[in-house]
Amino acid sequence: MEHIAIIGNGISGVTLARHIRKNSDKKITIISGETEYFFSRTALMYIYMGHMKFEHTQPYENWFWEKNRIELKQGFVKQVDTDTKTLHFAEGDTLQYDKLVIATGSKPNKFGWPGQDLEGVMGMYHKQDLENLEKYAPNKDVCKRAVIVGGGLIGIEMAEMLNSRGIPVTFLVREDSFWNGVLPSGESEMINRHIKNHHIDLRLSTNLKEIVSDADGKVKSIIIEETGEEIPCNVVGLTAGVAPNIDFLRESDIEIGRGVKVNRFLETNLPDIYAIGDCAEQHEAIGNRRPIEAVWYTGRMMGEVLAQTICGNKMEYKPGHWFNSAKFLDIEYQTYGWVFSDRNKSEFEAHFHWKHTDDTKCITVAYHKDTNTFLGINTFGIRMRHEVFDRWLTENRDVDYVMNHLAEANFDPEFYSKFETEILNAYTNQLQTI
Amino acid sequence: MSNKINHSMSLAQPDALNITNTQKIALAIGVVGLFILALALFNTNFPNKGLFLTLSLGAIFGGVILYSRSAYLTKLEGIKNDGVWFKSISSRGVLGWMLGVLLTTFYIVLYFFPTYLGLGTNGEANSGLIGFFDPLSQLLSGRDASQWFVYGVLYTVAILAFGYKFLLKYRHNRYQQLRTGSVMFFQLGFAFLIPEFMYVMNNDLPYYDLKSIWPLNYYIFDEWSVKGFLSTGNIGIALLLFGLLSIFVITPILTYKYGKRWYCSWVCGCGGLAETAGDSFRQLSSKKMYAWKIERWLIHTVLVFSIVMTVAMVYSYLGYEKNDFWLTRGVFISLVIGLLTVVFAAVMYFKRQELGKDAKMGAIGYAVVIALLLIMHYTGTTDHLFYIKAGALRSAYGLYIGSIFSGVIGTGFYPILGNRSWCRFGCPMAAILGFQQRLFSKFRITTNGGQCISCGNCSNSCEMGIDVRAYAQKGENIVRSSCVGCGICSAVCPRGVLKLENDSMKGRINPTEVLLGNDVDLMDLLNNK
Repeated sequence: MEHIAIIGNGISGVTLARHIRKNSDKKITIISGETEYFFSRTALMYIYMGHMKFEHTQPYENWFWEKNRIELKQGFVKQVDTDTKTLHFAEGDTLQYDKLVIATGSKPNKFGWPGQDLEGVMGMYHKQDLENLEKYAPNKDVCKRAVIVGGGLIGIEMAEMLNSRGIPVTFLVREDSFWNGVLPSGESEMINRHIKNHHIDLRLSTNLKEIVSDADGKVKSIIIEETGEEIPCNVVGLTAGVAPNIDFLRESDIEIGRGVKVNRFLETNLPDIYAIGDCAEQHEAIGNRRPIEAVWYTGRMMGEVLAQTICGNKMEYKPGHWFNSAKFLDIEYQTYGWVFSDRNKSEFEAHFHWKHTDDTKCITVAYHKDTNTFLGINTFGIRMRHEVFDRWLTENRDVDYVMNHLAEANFDPEFYSKFETEILNAYTNQLQTI
Repeated sequence: MSNKINHSMSLAQPDALNITNTQKIALAIGVVGLFILALALFNTNFPNKGLFLTLSLGAIFGGVILYSRSAYLTKLEGIKNDGVWFKSISSRGVLGWMLGVLLTTFYIVLYFFPTYLGLGTNGEANSGLIGFFDPLSQLLSGRDASQWFVYGVLYTVAILAFGYKFLLKYRHNRYQQLRTGSVMFFQLGFAFLIPEFMYVMNNDLPYYDLKSIWPLNYYIFDEWSVKGFLSTGNIGIALLLFGLLSIFVITPILTYKYGKRWYCSWVCGCGGLAETAGDSFRQLSSKKMYAWKIERWLIHTVLVFSIVMTVAMVYSYLGYEKNDFWLTRGVFISLVIGLLTVVFAAVMYFKRQELGKDAKMGAIGYAVVIALLLIMHYTGTTDHLFYIKAGALRSAYGLYIGSIFSGVIGTGFYPILGNRSWCRFGCPMAAILGFQQRLFSKFRITTNGGQCISCGNCSNSCEMGIDVRAYAQKGENIVRSSCVGCGICSAVCPRGVLKLENDSMKGRINPTEVLLGNDVDLMDLLNNK
């Protein structure tokens, strides 16, 4: 019986294992050094906030794995011997495989800041990071202030976490507006204001110079690059993006760049070895996507596809229309298709932007300014139907059609106020003034 | 890993740490209100009972209102679940257990030892807690209070006060606002005030909460109740007819259009208490597979019990002779068996495929009920059914299901089993509505394509113990008989994945292998095979 070894028990590896099991009788082993069972990484924040306990973040009950004959192995892979198809563990034991899938996800970036390895400095990615945070920031008496470095999705989540325990937060963002490398300015600025409304000390255009240690090797303060200001704090969150977690492969024959290099079939340079999820790097980006996609959904999709290949139905990774979502404190965000930031958009991409007067809801619709083709939508505080936008994108609808049919895509709960008429009026007026 | 904020052994500290001074004052006010009730219970002779009762209830209201305002209005609108798993009271901690024991004891005394609460027997005047409520009862209906009146007042106060708290907590969510307004209205009007006024109009009418429908209202067809209706002329007959209409016409239509939520989380009193006072305990319901298995057995057993009990009850006071009244025992049994057969045949004809393995269980259940009814008919005598005294079944049902299950366990165990354990494991009304919701209803919770991130907020907040995430992460709509449509899963979802909807029956249940967003060919290949 063929033995499939999967390194990593995140959404990619687990999706893969489930689909291989559905389609075959192969022996499957999932290896993880982080946790015994699969859990939803995106839910770590809710444990610290007290919304859930750790066991609630596990999508499958513990009996699930044995029932589906998916073996779980706890341990860190130290070295991969591709010639003998053997995994060597840090704990000293080994495991033979027939096919190997690398699904090890990411690790937080550290950019060589002085003091980045002090006690009380942490990312927010692994379960161990959460345990660390619980240790250094259990409450506002132990942690009098926390500083977060890096204005992305994990940064704002970490700010929300600390805020929930009443710990004052200073949030250093390199850009001149929150996440504006991705979000158009109207949206980004709305989120700036929302962050400040939560009494989070948001510092834009601000970089970290160094982290200062106290006598015991713990964080005492940080110093800001631009102003030299010293901010006393007990915890520093490093959330300046993530990078593939593949250091253990550096000595192996597997080709790596920033991530594990894969082709469209998610195959590496060596036969019988594949990579999926955050740690996989496409030789060439697919469409507007990045070569490395560190997103829950793409990890899952790669798992779904690779299972077909491994079970004998060779299949290319061809993701459909881009979509994503997030939540910024109290404001939900969804995106379908492509809406680029002011900095990154092409000259043909035009935007229509509408914002509610309450400053917590807005949408941005991107379209081709010559052909009027609908390119994508960002929505904040209004839920939209994935299926409808996916269909409109496939049908290459023009922007007028989308604006006139926006109500069909609304996914807000019943009895919520509807804004389609207001949005359409704003859209029509804007066209007249141009 | 422990996620507790601190590991001290102190009882008060984990909660007190995080509350503001305003909240401490609010707690004190509320406790004073409860303390006055406690004094009354121990027969303190208040000079002006009416004044002190007003003070007491006012303090309870005031405490909850002040506390809630301080908890929610000081923050921006949004999901307010911070720390629910840290607080002793809402995470089965010491305070949770203490509250559970207190509530359970209260229910036991209320149901079985009302004299301890001061109920006057043999024409004596009330004393204690029940006597304390006499002025209010006199004001509303001109009679002295009973233990049920006291219970009704406290129940209504709980729904109104904690309903206000819930309204503030979800002030950004119109669905939650309307739903909560609705349960507050039905409790205050239909369950509490209208029956009192009906008594004033005609004191021969049996107590009838118009929104309480058989089989939840298991006593409506009792002999005393039916006789009460029949002896009070047109209004009594109208009420009895309304009761029958509610069961056979109104309920099926509304459930078809909106799912069982129209009742369970918009109208029902049990649901009303669970959604308001019980809201802090919703995360405690078990989502494990074995809990679901127990649930299916238990709730359907209660349903069978309640049907057989009710039929036997009615049967026992019907006659044999056509000349007395057209509805004889034989006609009645035939009607019941006929109705059950029609329902069974219709389900098997239209929904055989959907039921799968459960069809066998359904058939067995149906056969058991019919067999029981036939045995009863052919072995029953004038005063014995199933070889036991006719009233015994009814008493057993009232004791074990009506009192112990719904009250003592259902509400008393809020802080241990979650706020809907009666609705989930025991309510026969929920079983019937759920049966229809699963098979003949437009209601579902729609999953939004591939947007689920498996975080588990939905499952965690489901008071009915549904593992919502298990469906959402498969891109599958949630069509479950137990869902009461409270909408909290949708509210807490951080990615906008869930929406309660009434839509067409077609495509309502949509299992998928591969979620929206992936390769179109792959989705076609796997989802349509």
